Parts: sequence; structure tokens; C-alpha cells
Amino acid sequence: MAEAAAVVAESLAGYRARAARAVLEQVVLPGEELLLPEQEDGEGPGGAGERPLRLNAGARSRGRVVCGPGLRRCGDRLLVTKCGRLRHKEPGSGSGGGVYWVDSQQKRYVPVKGDHVIGIVTAKSGDIFKVDVGGSEPASLSYLAFEGATKRNRPNVQVGDLIYGQFVVANKDMEPEMVCIDSCGRACGMGVIGQDGLLFKVTLGLIRRLLAPDCEILQEVGKLYPLEIVFGMNGRIWVKAKTIQQTLILANILEACEHMTADQRKQIFSRLAES
Amino acid sequence: MKETPLSNCERRFLLRAIEEKKRLDGRQTYDYRNIKISFGTDYGCCIVELGKTRVLGQVSCELVSPKLNRATEGILFFNLELSQMAAPAFEPGRQSDLLVKLNRLLERCLRNSKCIDTESLCVVAGEKVWQIRVDLHLLNHDGNIIDAASIAAIVALCHFRRPDVSVQGDEVTLYTLEERDPVPLSIHHMPICVSFAFFQQGTYLLVDPNEREERVMDGLLVIAMNKHREICTIQSSGGIMLLKDQVLRCSKIAGVKVAEITELIQKALENDQKVRKEGGKFGFAESIANQRITTFRMEKAPVDTSDVEEKAEEIISEAEPPSEVVSKPVLWTPGTAQIGEGIENSWGDLEDSEKEDENEGGSDEAIILDSIKMDTGEVSNIGSQDAPIVLSDSEEEEMIILEPDKNPKKIRTQTISATQVKAPSKKPVKKRKKKRAAN
Repeated sequence: MAEAAAVVAESLAGYRARAARAVLEQVVLPGEELLLPEQEDGEGPGGAGERPLRLNAGARSRGRVVCGPGLRRCGDRLLVTKCGRLRHKEPGSGSGGGVYWVDSQQKRYVPVKGDHVIGIVTAKSGDIFKVDVGGSEPASLSYLAFEGATKRNRPNVQVGDLIYGQFVVANKDMEPEMVCIDSCGRACGMGVIGQDGLLFKVTLGLIRRLLAPDCEILQEVGKLYPLEIVFGMNGRIWVKAKTIQQTLILANILEACEHMTADQRKQIFSRLAES
Repeated sequence: MKETPLSNCERRFLLRAIEEKKRLDGRQTYDYRNIKISFGTDYGCCIVELGKTRVLGQVSCELVSPKLNRATEGILFFNLELSQMAAPAFEPGRQSDLLVKLNRLLERCLRNSKCIDTESLCVVAGEKVWQIRVDLHLLNHDGNIIDAASIAAIVALCHFRRPDVSVQGDEVTLYTLEERDPVPLSIHHMPICVSFAFFQQGTYLLVDPNEREERVMDGLLVIAMNKHREICTIQSSGGIMLLKDQVLRCSKIAGVKVAEITELIQKALENDQKVRKEGGKFGFAESIANQRITTFRMEKAPVDTSDVEEKAEEIISEAEPPSEVVSKPVLWTPGTAQIGEGIENSWGDLEDSEKEDENEGGSDEAIILDSIKMDTGEVSNIGSQDAPIVLSDSEEEEMIILEPDKNPKKIRTQTISATQVKAPSKKPVKKRKKKRAAN
């Protein structure tokens, strides 16, 4: 017993935080600490402080590194709080050191400010609507937060309607608030979603994949049938095609895309395109 | 947590789909979802999966004193619990209505139908009888809990083995599992519940409703039957009016379904018994496939590909590079070329559309043809028609494809360097070679 305890203590003491660069695209577990690129040199095998003088001022710019979902700052290191793959995005215009985040798989949505979501109206009380967005509390939506809405001109929203909007307030201390206009007062596609069509739920990871800039799945789906589709970051997708059969096919394909490889997907699309 | 509310558009879509006889997962009106039965290592433990709805059943027994008014009969006890992991709406205090309804239905189905011989559970009349307790836990709720629960209960009861008991005069000996093999319960028949969901005031019916279909249904009819076509229990809830012939039709459908399910159960029980007798591995761990993706299963490939990479590398390194094949297209008319022999064109209907395409392509060809004519002087002599036409000095076979709406100037420069020009998409690119030879 004593030997086992000693071995464990030794391994804990000998644990070194890994460099974030070294574990990119690998699975990280909660509790791991990651070093940002600037700090790696100081932690090298020479011990603390011994560093050869560099003639150039350092290859990496000491910009601000943004800590994305799944990571938390702890001292001058990054602490992993969710299990998943570590990802990094280079800064676009050269400012800062880029973004690090953990790509994890999740079905339960937590409201985040700025996210566009699909909500279901559950109640109308006075001046606000209560909208269920899949989080722990229903979000509140004021009736004035629609394009062209005034006190006299109320929007036509019933209980049970689907709303596409974005969060303006979403933190863990207050109930979330959402609106259906942007900062200039324009709708930009937000508002009440039409009457027909099918709403179904998928995982959050699939939504993020589908909303990525060059999503092959969406292009292939668009070639199949003409359709209208709305993605909510809370895992809800609304889809509408000309007939019920087509809508059902689209819904099943999108749900299945989660677990299919690209080849299987291409097979299925080609089979559907023939029939 | 509160249940996610059903939006108007979902409700409308589901009802319209049902009117068109379409279900969300592509089933027919009378189709059941896939039923999967797996057993645990103990006797009497099983998990039944009806689609995504999962119920765990466990049977246990105990020697107790009998009830006063039934001194020679054993005691049966059924309990269904809706676990909080089954659905976010199931909370410890909140599920009472549904829970009571399901428990009552299950009891009527199994106890009142006398499917288990309670007299055989008596050990010493008036003093000791077996109390059989069936515990069912709902692990995931995706609709039609009652069917899955009834299947799980009867399967667990059929699978269960109680310890052997012998009575000699006043002495009662209870043998342990090591001393004597445990004894199965005596079961007369297997009642199974079949649910029918009704929509639009009884106009449309669906067998084995999904969770979403249950939300929009008007009423539910549950018929518990065994394979001898005896109805054990029948219950209609939701307050819909059903006609006599509708109920009769449902009972006929139930008869068919119950026969299929009973066969499935028998097969599962036999398989498990065989595995246990042969000494193979059994239990839940064996029934879960490895590398399983939870929603859509990944089939294991029947081919062993473990060392294919090494073998392939060897083969590739030893093989010679493939011989170059250069095709010799034959140009029939502007816009039509032929590569190889081929058979007669049998697409009679498409001749008209093909002709249109040819005309379309013809104009583009004309522009390119002009540009080529201007450069004929500079293009090197291609040679006779029979020799293989090699257009570029480069080793690669790849042809560089340009956009057809680029400047003719660009095309001209490209033709000087003897690379390919893209023909309109419908024509084969190889036609270009033939044009040069013709010039």
C-alpha cells in the first residue's frame, strides 16, 4: 500500500502541463492543464529560467489568445473543463494569438449570448412571450422586439408558434432574453417561422458542422429537392419541402448524417437522386 | 424539468403525415419497431428494446406467509417505475397519473389473466408460499411504454428460475443453487399488450405509436392477448368513440402481432438457454455489440482487413507502373465523337434532347475551332490518324480543364502550349484531340 501511494505521489509530482500546440486535434479530458505557446520555452527540460538568448524577438506575437468553450483560464494556463478534441483557429487579421476551444458532443443546450435559436412560444403574458429554447428556463421575448412592431401594431404570434431569434442576455444568473431584430431594427430572417414544415432535434455538434462555411452536406441536400431550412444553435432544425414525403426524407437524412461517413452519405444521396 | 412543448407546426405536420399514411420513421401503419431482447447473467433479468424505448425487467422470489383468504396460492407483485433517465419530464414527484395507469394496466394484464400458476407456488399450505416480485424500470421513453413493459415482464418471468423445494412430512428443505438446479415457474400462456393510437376522432389508427405520435393522438386502445387468440385485457383511454368493427379489426391485428412477438420471445429464450448450456458467455455485456454507434449501427465488415495495408504496400512497390492507354476517338460529325466500339444507341426518347445539346455545343466549338485554325502554323505536326496522339510533352495524363466562358485569347495561348481546352460540359473532352488531327 505504501509503495502504491508513493508511486502515485511521484507520478502526480512529475506531471507536466502539456503544450496546447502538441495536443491539437487530440482528445483532452477535464482537469488537464495546457500551456500556451509563449510559456513552453520556460518549462523545457532545462528547468526554470535557463533560456538561450534569442536574436530575433520571438517568432510568435504575444497577442491575446481567446479561450473558447470547454476551456477556462487558470493562472497563466488553460484548464480543460469538457472532454473532447482540442481545436485551434489562427487569427484572421493577425491580431491576437487565435482561438482555442474544445469540440465536445452534447445534446443539452445552454443559452449563450448572440446565438441564433429556434424557440417554441409557451405563454403570452402581458407584454412578453415566454419561449422555450431547450435550456433550463424559458426565455422572454418582448412583443416590441419584432421588425415594425409598435404598441398599436402587435406581431401575430400565438402559443405554440416557432420563433427564430437571438439572445441578448444569456448568463447563468438571469433568465435569458431574446429578440427577433438586430441592432439596427431589421429582421434579418428572424421572427415567426412559417406554419408548415417539421421541427426535429439533433445534437449540437451536428448543427455546428452543418453551419460551417463549406458544408458539403448542405450543398448536397440543396441539390436534392428545393427546400427551406432553419438551423437553431440549440439543436433544433426546421425543414420544409414541397411534399410531406420529401420533408420526411430530408429530416431523416439530416439526423443520420451525424453518424455516416462521407462515402455512405454520397451513396444515399445518389440513390435518392435516382429515384 | 418541464416537458418540451409541442409546437403547432409539428402537430399539424404529424397529423397531415398520418392522413397520408406516412410515419416519421418510415414504418407502415401496422408495423412494430424492432424488438430486441437481451438477458443478464442472473435468471430473471432481461432488457427489452422496442425501437428506442428500453425497459429492464427483474424477477425475484422470497418465501413468505400467504394471504389469509388465499392460503394455498403464491403471491405475485408487479411494479413499474419510470426512471428519471427515461425522459426529462419524469421527476420523482411528477409522474403519478401515467405511472398509476401503467401499473394498473400491467397488473390486470398479468395477474387477472392467470398466466402464472399460483397454486404451484405453494410450499406449505397456510404457512409458506413463494412471493414472486417483478420489477420493471423504464430506461428510455420513446413511446409505447406499455407494450415494452408487458413484453419485459413476461420474458423475465419465463426466464426466471426459483430455488427447488422439497417437503417430506413436516420437513421443508430449501435447496441452494449449488445443491439442485433451480426450477422454472409454471406459466400457462404469455399475454402481450398491443397498443393502437387513434387520430382525428378515430378515423386513423397506428400500431405502436412513437413518442411524438403519442403526443398528438386522440385516444389509445390497448389489447392484451396471447397467442391462442384469447383477449386478456382491453382498455380504451382518451375518451374517443370507437365503433364495433374498429375494435374487432384491432383485435385481429393484435392477434397477428402477438403471434409474431411470441415467436420472437421463444427464440430469444431458446438461444439464451442454449448458450448457457454450452457454457458460452452470456449476459448484457455480450449482447452489446462492440464499436457501436448508438443511433445507427455500424455493421462489422465481414472481411479481415487488419494487414491489408502492409500487403498493399508490398504489392504496390513491386508492381510496374500501369501502361498508358491513349484513346483514339473517331469524329463523326461536329459534336459527335466515338471512343471504342460500343453498341447501338437504344435511347430512342433522348434523341431529341441530345440533338439540342449538340446544337448548343456547336457554337462554342466554332469559336475554339477558329482559334485553332489561326494557330495551325505553330502547332507541331501531329502525325497520321493511326499513331497515338500525344498532346503534351509532360509526363502526366491529367488534362487541364478551363472554364468555357473565359476569354478566347486565353484559349489561344493555351492551345499554343498544346494543352487541352475544355469543351462544354456535356461532351467528352477527348473530342479536342480529334479536332486537331482533322486539321
